[in-house]
Amino acid sequence: MTTTSTLVERPTDLRKTQKSSEAAYQKDARIGGGLMTGAEIFIRSLEAEGVEIVFGYPGGAVIGIYDTMHRLNPTFKHVLVRHEQGGTHAAEGYAKSTGKVGTVLVTSGPGATNCVTGIADAYMDSIPLVVFTGQVPTKLIGNDAFQECDMIGVTRSITKHSFLVRDVRDLASTIKKAYYIAGTGRPGPVVVDLPKDMLMASAPFHYPTSVSIRGYSFVQKGNAQQIKLAAEMIQESKKPLFYVGGGTIISGAAEVLTRIARYTNIPVTTTLHGLGSFPENDPLSVGMLGMHGTWFANKAVQNTDLLIAVGARFDDRVTGKIEAWAPHAKIIHMDIDPACISKNVPANCPILGDVKLVLEQLEPLVEPKDTTDWMVQIEKWRTECPMDFKRDGKLRPQEIIRALRDKTGGHATVVTDVGQNQMWGAQFFTYIHPRTHITSGGLGTMGFSLPAAMGVAFGQKGGGLPVISINGDGGVLMNIQELGVAAAHKLPLKVVILNNSYLGMVRQWQELFHGERYSHTDLSTTNPDFVRLAEAFGCVGLRCERPEDIQATIDAAWEVHDRPVVMEFKVIMEEKVFPMVPSGATTDEMITASEEDIN
Amino acid sequence: MQTQTAGMGLTPQQVFRKQAAGESIHPDGQDVLQRHVLTVLVENGLGALNRVANLFSQRGFHLESVSVGEAKDQSLRRMTLVTTGNDRMIGQVLRQLNNLVDTIEVEDVTHLDHIERELCLVQVRCSASERHVLIGVVDIFRATVVNITPDSLTFEVTGPPAKVNAFIGMMRDYDVLEVARSGRVAMRRELAFEH
Repeated sequence: MTTTSTLVERPTDLRKTQKSSEAAYQKDARIGGGLMTGAEIFIRSLEAEGVEIVFGYPGGAVIGIYDTMHRLNPTFKHVLVRHEQGGTHAAEGYAKSTGKVGTVLVTSGPGATNCVTGIADAYMDSIPLVVFTGQVPTKLIGNDAFQECDMIGVTRSITKHSFLVRDVRDLASTIKKAYYIAGTGRPGPVVVDLPKDMLMASAPFHYPTSVSIRGYSFVQKGNAQQIKLAAEMIQESKKPLFYVGGGTIISGAAEVLTRIARYTNIPVTTTLHGLGSFPENDPLSVGMLGMHGTWFANKAVQNTDLLIAVGARFDDRVTGKIEAWAPHAKIIHMDIDPACISKNVPANCPILGDVKLVLEQLEPLVEPKDTTDWMVQIEKWRTECPMDFKRDGKLRPQEIIRALRDKTGGHATVVTDVGQNQMWGAQFFTYIHPRTHITSGGLGTMGFSLPAAMGVAFGQKGGGLPVISINGDGGVLMNIQELGVAAAHKLPLKVVILNNSYLGMVRQWQELFHGERYSHTDLSTTNPDFVRLAEAFGCVGLRCERPEDIQATIDAAWEVHDRPVVMEFKVIMEEKVFPMVPSGATTDEMITASEEDIN
Repeated sequence: MQTQTAGMGLTPQQVFRKQAAGESIHPDGQDVLQRHVLTVLVENGLGALNRVANLFSQRGFHLESVSVGEAKDQSLRRMTLVTTGNDRMIGQVLRQLNNLVDTIEVEDVTHLDHIERELCLVQVRCSASERHVLIGVVDIFRATVVNITPDSLTFEVTGPPAKVNAFIGMMRDYDVLEVARSGRVAMRRELAFEH
């Protein structure tokens, strides 16, 4: 295609080019000829990329895209969210539950900056997103124009990569690259900044089938020598432990991991993001580790002689004081990101690769092991401090999470918010499938759950597992506006609000570490009536104040299929999340619920 | 359980980890920080330079000097970065740099045979009567006079950073008005007959 000359000869009369390019599109656009406006190229590129759903919010800089969307009726669905942050979280929920790349489309300036929290969240949790932000026309960039913001600059340290489109002829290939970078290797968010004039200018449309970016590559298989060494280390170990992170789920390695763990009789602990990668109802599962991990998982970590880290990054919420963590363990570390390996704890056996492929390479090299003594020891720790809670007639959040588990048998996608609700959701629901536990782990974004749950439900397109959104009374209000969107689309979300009238996790720290000075964590005077709020958004609102009503409330919620149900549980404010490794303490300094009672 | 990590009572695995990270195994010991010279080949354009520089502030790495210029391939730039850190930090710098989409090649040349050069301009207040003395010093460094006024001289000196340091040190006896250093540029040395 010789395109340059055509472009030069054609005047940039917008109406004319739009009309003619529409005609051209009808004739032969699909075979790669004809001119299209940037806005059309954008839409056709997303279609060619196989995008199913776009979460967006229009505005001046992207009005051309929305206009073209109206005229062309694209194959993807566009969901009008009510706040751009909600849109990015919805795209994250969609991406995490389906494994596909999430798409967000917003306007310039405030539309773009409203996405920043969601982009940072996706960056921390390795979620593939492509965020298209409108931008002022190229000639106005840097001019402090209306709704201008240097989005590339703002998001530089929270994106895997970003693009500013400076030539409409590069638009399609840039979109292709953006999806490729976002979805491959260690996934992450990519921002594509679209100046308004790029959407109005015209170019021939050709969506590339392949991508080549000379500075971008990622590993696939692991080094065979290293994997052989790992197999030997596993054979020699007496007290081995799998430490499994979110990378396992991202790479689709849950199945092979489960096979290897069961074949070799090696117990498994997972991180917050690893929940679901190994069935928690398996006797080899010791649950979650870390700051609010189980007593027995953390005990196992402190005593293991071989830690097999799979797609995990040795986060500070996992390790506590790092110098004293897993003091006896040799470490095998499998990860796709070279910068993750030995970042926090040097590995004895680093294996760079896609953990699914690495585990598949490892599988034929391992033998069944006799870990009876080790498992007996772990069972002793399990009985020492099981995951349980008081039943004294007060409404406790743990009992609600357990009831939700029993209602669904663990066959549900649970999307938690951040804080106490997140930890109880992680501790007391039993996760048995990958991609059924979704949360904001790295950034810890309050207000994540509701829009992310909405994204999960959109991804399931009516089928799939029930979607439960677990919230506190603090976080749920941070993106409550999306409830209206979920209602409009008749999504049968089960929205749980554990209302203790406090910012519970901060209150817990204030109680334990700040002399019970509850500075600005009391929400009772600013909380709305959640039942009436739900009804105002067109949802069903239910309230439960006593433990004996939990079951009836949940049963009633499960009878609703055509709209979201908001269940407000008035839980006691005194309940705290245990066990707990205080921030910066060693894992051996774990506080348990029973110790707390004695004090 | 506290005793095993107290004082010198490190487990063998903890000793391994500290040594692998270049950290001292003694409780009061100093980490071994080393200066490293990295050469990075990046895509042309401000975006790429921005990303590399940003990475250092984002990740809390030290950055002593940066120099950038066109590489052989005109669509690329070669950057020379000088940074300090222990082995773990330098390993992180290299891997994080490699992770950037805009970097084509990242190399730590510190322990390889390499050439390092720096250019420096020094402006010194100097009356006509002092000139010959000053120029005598400057000749030893094979520096050149690039500007002259009735009461100042500007010199250009090129060489390894140690030579530039020495030159600036020698100038301290005079009234130095301004110093501009280019930062290091480095390149691996091809060897033909040395071994």
